[in-house]
Amino acid sequence: MAIHQPSTLSEACALLATHNRGSDRDLAPSPLVPIAGGTDLYTHWPQRPDEHAKSYLDLSGIEELRAVRWRNDSLTLGALVTYWRLIQDRTCWSALPMLVQAARQVGAVQIQTRGTWAGNIANASPAADGVPVMMAYDAVVELVSSEGREEIPLADFYQGYKQMRMRPDQLIRSIRIPRRSFLFQRFEKVGSRNAQAITKVGVAIARSGAGWRVVANSVAPTVCRCPTIEALLDDKVTVRGPDDLATALSQDIAPIDDIRSTARYRRRVLARLLYFALRESCSAFE
Amino acid sequence: MRHQIRVEVNGKSHEREVEARQLLVHFLRDELRLTGTNVGCETSLCGACTVWMDGKAVKSCTQLAVQADGCSVTTIEGMKQGDTFHPVQEAFWECHGLQCGYCTPGMIMAAGALLKENPSPSEAEIRQSLKGNLCRCTGYQNIVKAIAHAAQGGAQ
Repeated sequence: MAIHQPSTLSEACALLATHNRGSDRDLAPSPLVPIAGGTDLYTHWPQRPDEHAKSYLDLSGIEELRAVRWRNDSLTLGALVTYWRLIQDRTCWSALPMLVQAARQVGAVQIQTRGTWAGNIANASPAADGVPVMMAYDAVVELVSSEGREEIPLADFYQGYKQMRMRPDQLIRSIRIPRRSFLFQRFEKVGSRNAQAITKVGVAIARSGAGWRVVANSVAPTVCRCPTIEALLDDKVTVRGPDDLATALSQDIAPIDDIRSTARYRRRVLARLLYFALRESCSAFE
Repeated sequence: MRHQIRVEVNGKSHEREVEARQLLVHFLRDELRLTGTNVGCETSLCGACTVWMDGKAVKSCTQLAVQADGCSVTTIEGMKQGDTFHPVQEAFWECHGLQCGYCTPGMIMAAGALLKENPSPSEAEIRQSLKGNLCRCTGYQNIVKAIAHAAQGGAQ
């Protein structure tokens, strides 16, 4: 196992350009895997010899990636900003509270102090808790490489299970989240227990001048927006109960049976989470 | 691949050459012989290996030693100041906050981190802060009582 520890972003990009550029077949013998807190990687570490054979790019020494920048119209998180950093940020509690709620549901304090928002995106787990709230807030991912930078809306970032619109020589540099006035926002997570559980089904809901956003996790190959539900809410369609939502949801999600839950449970619980969360603020809900 | 690292542990600077794959907990236990930090699960669940890195609670089984290069680490051995136990250690003694003791170093480090941030936590905040630490003996009641007791005693 090799680990590279650059102290600047340009150094990191140069390393990725050397190790990770070209088609898969032409990749250098050991492409670099970028890591920050490493909280997904190190779980069961002694029993994961395949991971010990890889080469890593440790970003944690790159100071310029640590910044949290509040502006009048946006919040920008550098790629090394941890969950804990926002849990401690009182502005975040009032301006973008679902970030704090989701952060407190990731592992426990000891994971929140190490895990990063950008890592939650790049690990690309469909069960990620940070991703749904960022997506419901219309976050934009900024990617960099030695060739330049580009921005991709988080809602367009995933193309399939663990598939991202990101080349192996690119890094997440920051995440920009617009600040808006919200008429409604709610984050719900269901796991097998309250502490340190991985999500069986979860949802982030936001309503602002930009319309409704409904983003679910653990119910599809990627964290996903639910456009049919959003349209139903925007159009104020009458909803008589969770079953009405379940019908609409079937257009938006594709849950499976796995180690944590079943497709049937996930469909049913997501419809109920949505119905009971929205009933209080939607006059079209009976 | 081996790396030269310098880590300040309990106020003392240590320079060592470590394998890239070595976990911080094994660096502490095997290289520095600080065996107060226990290995419980190595799956990031039990919290027995909790230490402070730059003052924040982390699980030392979920952390590479090379990523602690240049950092300051506090383990359970560093909580006692001279002959004086840390208020959380005193409180665990007073309130019988342990039975077998295996989870105790991690519990004390998690509780100490809480009280640094929040010197007078509610019971709910104490329980929230222990989400990452498992105890299979006590049922947690006396652990929560001990932390509340330490807080009332003005733990730093």
